Amino acid sequence: MSLLELKNISKIYGELHALDNVNIHVEKGEWVAIMGPSGSGKSTMMNIIGCMDKPTSGEVYLDGVDISKENGKKLTEIRRDKIGLIFQQFHMVNYLTAVENIMVAQYYHSIPDEEEALEALERVGLKDRARHLPSQLSGGEQQRVCVARALINHPELILADEPTGNLDEANENIVLDLFRQLHREGTTLVVVTHDPEVAEASQRTIVLKNGRVAKEIINENFQD
Amino acid sequence: MNKKRKMLLKMVTASLLRRRSRMLIALLSIAVGATILSGLVTIYYDVPRQMGAQFRNYGANMILVPSDEETMTQEGAQECMDIIPADDLVGASPYRYINVEMNSRQRIFVAAGTDFEQVQSTSPYFMVDGEYPSSERQVLVGKETAELIGARIGSVLELSYKPEGGKRNSLKFTVSGILDTGGDEESYIFMTLKAMSDLTTEETALDVMELSISSTEEGLENYITQISEMDNGIQARLVKRVTKSEASVLSKLQSLVLLVTVVVLLLTMICVCTTMMAVVSERRKEIGLRKALGASDQSIRTEFLYEGMFLGLLGGILGTVLGFVFAQTVSVNVFESSITFQPLLLPVTVIASMLIAALSCMIPIKNAIAIDPALVLKGE
Repeated sequence: MSLLELKNISKIYGELHALDNVNIHVEKGEWVAIMGPSGSGKSTMMNIIGCMDKPTSGEVYLDGVDISKENGKKLTEIRRDKIGLIFQQFHMVNYLTAVENIMVAQYYHSIPDEEEALEALERVGLKDRARHLPSQLSGGEQQRVCVARALINHPELILADEPTGNLDEANENIVLDLFRQLHREGTTLVVVTHDPEVAEASQRTIVLKNGRVAKEIINENFQD
Repeated sequence: MNKKRKMLLKMVTASLLRRRSRMLIALLSIAVGATILSGLVTIYYDVPRQMGAQFRNYGANMILVPSDEETMTQEGAQECMDIIPADDLVGASPYRYINVEMNSRQRIFVAAGTDFEQVQSTSPYFMVDGEYPSSERQVLVGKETAELIGARIGSVLELSYKPEGGKRNSLKFTVSGILDTGGDEESYIFMTLKAMSDLTTEETALDVMELSISSTEEGLENYITQISEMDNGIQARLVKRVTKSEASVLSKLQSLVLLVTVVVLLLTMICVCTTMMAVVSERRKEIGLRKALGASDQSIRTEFLYEGMFLGLLGGILGTVLGFVFAQTVSVNVFESSITFQPLLLPVTVIASMLIAALSCMIPIKNAIAIDPALVLKGE
């Protein structure tokens, strides 16, 4: 059974069909990239998968549960328990240190555990920056903290929206290496991007155009 | 403390300490509100005491008189006065009135025997040209009588008294001062009680004892009940003219203080509310992020309430201290007396500040909960 399955999903804003009868499935442990130009429906799809929006029609199954009909409170719970989010602009609480930012995710999920948060930071190579505020970290470091934060609650799915969009090449490679490592460990990754290089790092790329799936590309050269 | 609560406190304190400028404005608003609150509450409760002392300038507020067909002695009156705490009893003036004849004029005047030291406490509005009598052969003559008989300071008057069926007795007195009150007293001739008993050649029974007591109308009523229960031939009465005006001025003053307090608290709430709304709007992304990380509406509500109440706590403590300084300044400058710090005021002000801060956060919290994470976190 797929971990994530979108069945005949449409999202309509007035006259605009942001998503038009889209069907997608992501297997457990798979690394999928969603690509497409601006306005192709990437963000809408990211919001629907991330339980931050609901489709106008169609069904979304996450881990066997149809989340398309759930209310806001239930969607918050699902997002908290099953999804780790990574954003293009990092988004950290600017008055909390790196380790505290990770503990915020633990706080909402279950119990904050500093030791575990420090381990997560060590995993992304930033243990020595644990007590730094976001303003004292570089963009790449901030994004690595965000990866650690996304991982901390052991989610079923990591959903990343343009995770390297604001990074230089060196940091982009660091983040992609982290993704490879996560994939090897069996984490399911859905990465929304418009960067072909990021897409090429994944196992499979779904290309969106005008709210429809234009094509799917299997990456023959995929290397873990 | 469990780890979850510890994290909540860490987030709240970090938010307040590391984002100082905005929070300082909210803190200042609450502190100003708490200052006015604690200051005015102090004044509110201190006004009766402060004003009571001022009101005593308007004369006696209670009198003791003998019951029908009874006589009142100094001792009897003293027995009644013993129930009044010495600190509250500003003055007690005994009076006895008799009709005396002025030998040179063949006219009858009212003579009042009293204790001049006490008169100066119970009737501070008495204006004396010259001096109060300092010996038993001196008298204070009311202005009206003085004009009528052409008496001046230093004049000698011969007064005589004839008891019913008794022998007439005459004594000479020197005028030590002329009394100006604007009231009936201007037609009297005042002498000491001792002089009066010399003139009447009998022990002096009292007609009235004027008391000036620092107390509320209720307190005075209470004394009256106690005195009537003593059943010693003396009854106490309120001088309504004085007590009613005191009560009315006090209640108006207290209402004014209360009104100002309510208005200031409302203004504080508006100020804190707008500041917190600005804080929410400034932190839209952060709130969106928290929601994206799985914060429930209740979590967001709790965090903001804690922030607000923490500000209320700090503002309340600051306000209590500043409020006392404020009340002390007002008291010293307006009432010319200092006040003592009421320890109960600290918890009352702090709890009130925390409540006001929490109430002020209601609308900002509603705005925070309405934030859509998908909208505010959207990549650009």
